[in-house]
Amino acid sequence: MASIIRKIWDRHVVTEREGGLCLLYIDRHLVHEVTSPQAFEALRLAGRKVRRPFSLLAVPDHNVPTSPDRLERIEDPDSRVQLETLRENAREAGITLFDMDDIRQGIVHVTGPENGLILPGVTAVCGDSHTSTLGAFGAVAFGIGTSEVEHALATQTLWQTRPREMRITAEGALGVGVSAKDLILAIIAKIGAGGGTGYAIEYAGEAVRGLSMEARMTICNMTIEAGGRFGMVAPDETTFAYLKGRPAAPGPGLWDDAVADWKMFFSDDGSFDHEESIDAARIVPQVTWGTSPQDSLPVTGVVPDPAGHPDPQVRERMERALRYMDLRPGTRLTDIPVDKVFIGSCTNARIEDLRAAATVAKGRKVANGVTAMIVPGSGLVKQQAEVEGLDRIFLDAGFQWRLPGCSMCLGMNPDRLKPGERCASTSNRNFEGRQGPGGRTHLMSPMMAVAAAVAGRISDVREVI
Amino acid sequence: MIEKFVSLKAVAIPLDRGNVDTDAIIPARFLKTVKRTGLGEGLFHAWRFDESGKETPDFPLNMAPYRGGRILVTGENFGCGSSREHAVWSLMDYGIRVVIAPSFGDIFYNNGLKNGLLPVRLASGEVRALIGKVQGAPGSEISVDLPAQKVTGPDGTVYGFEVGSFPKECLLKGLDEIALTLEHEREIERYERDGKKRSPWLFLDI
Repeated sequence: MASIIRKIWDRHVVTEREGGLCLLYIDRHLVHEVTSPQAFEALRLAGRKVRRPFSLLAVPDHNVPTSPDRLERIEDPDSRVQLETLRENAREAGITLFDMDDIRQGIVHVTGPENGLILPGVTAVCGDSHTSTLGAFGAVAFGIGTSEVEHALATQTLWQTRPREMRITAEGALGVGVSAKDLILAIIAKIGAGGGTGYAIEYAGEAVRGLSMEARMTICNMTIEAGGRFGMVAPDETTFAYLKGRPAAPGPGLWDDAVADWKMFFSDDGSFDHEESIDAARIVPQVTWGTSPQDSLPVTGVVPDPAGHPDPQVRERMERALRYMDLRPGTRLTDIPVDKVFIGSCTNARIEDLRAAATVAKGRKVANGVTAMIVPGSGLVKQQAEVEGLDRIFLDAGFQWRLPGCSMCLGMNPDRLKPGERCASTSNRNFEGRQGPGGRTHLMSPMMAVAAAVAGRISDVREVI
Repeated sequence: MIEKFVSLKAVAIPLDRGNVDTDAIIPARFLKTVKRTGLGEGLFHAWRFDESGKETPDFPLNMAPYRGGRILVTGENFGCGSSREHAVWSLMDYGIRVVIAPSFGDIFYNNGLKNGLLPVRLASGEVRALIGKVQGAPGSEISVDLPAQKVTGPDGTVYGFEVGSFPKECLLKGLDEIALTLEHEREIERYERDGKKRSPWLFLDI
């Protein structure tokens, strides 16, 4: 009797110390420009080598500009140094690099899976908390700090304590206008920003089984926003169909053996430390009002009143959040105006997200005074969208159509909010200052973000489509 | 590179907030460096400074009795969010070596241990009591004793805490964890030999 989490974990234990501290073998390691330079430098200083360069992929994403002239001009000298350092480190170690001029370049958690690097049953790490995205394939995938990046580079392993195991079952089917983003925001609101601390989470149930790989990635991506160590969905025919034929997926000679192996990764009943369930059919589109991803409400709701909360600490936190967000209790969420709209990030910048956004944008116009941008998750996503004519729909509606990168998710490249600006965003964090100092973030799905762009205020997409 | 940690007696800084995320500890625009040093300047930047760059007088780190404090006492889920190790580097660069909280973001917790910043988990009520005592006597000191796994509050109350035996040993001796892992080289090689037979598709060049 074991969960899928334990089955995959156990397969990767090289050795185990007392107290469940395991030396875990790492199959896949993705690196980007921001959290890796110090690791490569430390390796060099210690005279160590990258142990298995071919298990790695390097992609610049965090501070690349998304403007068309970025190959000629990156104004920020510090960003240039980080990008050049990644290039040099990849070259020196013999690591594959998808650089800015490569169509495969994009957000590391978008480009890794679309190139078939992430397979069921693997362990995958990256110096980025949203590595949890990759668990959608039935993988143990988690974010690490730079010291652990260095350790994984040098040894192909990491010391990790065993996680506690949680299963979240979503029964029923999502309604029209409701997406994976709404499901995960509702889950985080339910269990809290620290509700998953110490846990690995398997997402299961009819609603999850019915989701595409892109949507499963959206769910797993935000596991970290509930504090979870990693999230995953058991592999099934949807997973296999997505992977077949991808460049780094097993070829015809190995495919059948691989699939036979992958089918062994499922959970036996009764093997979890904790179980949660949620009724997917009852979820309505979600919007965050505060400064933590747990501050999510149905779009039909109103800004909550701290005075109604019995716990003084929660009250204080809510008051702080409302001050920062410049909101008053009782205001209807659909009465909140927006200045900017950002559709992108490792949460919601895959082709399916853009298709969903386009269904709402088609034949409509971005409201006067609103700046709205679409940032595809990778060059390949951008290309596919252009083949399908989605770029035309967005451009005709008045959206900017930009080059791939992390963009306005995190305020470290030129795309960021100005102090006081309010943004409808498909990204993953509404922390204070996340999208730029003083910026105010409302998290929502791509369809909801388009609805906000069109109305100039937060809107219920179900009333638009 | 673990900076050795054995014990510390120092002024405690109360930061009475929960869910302090790593974007708050150090905003992303300070991460554009290829070094680990000098990050203290960005620590809690949006809270320590106003828009004109002046210190905010009511933020604990800026209050006279807490200046130079090396132990931070704070709310639940400290260090949640981004994996940026810069959060730990900025705290350490500022001089902080211990953070006491009811719970931590898992990645932050690990990052702390790998650098020599000791994250101490105490029960919620104990942290609440400590914050109250420190606020009641600003500038008072807390002692942290890693070998004994004990925190002593300003009034002499002693609180025990848990820490894994392996990270504890690494902290106490300032050990190079990679060197220790490489002692398992034969086991890693054996794992790879077996893995190539069991799932050869994982050992192709990507």
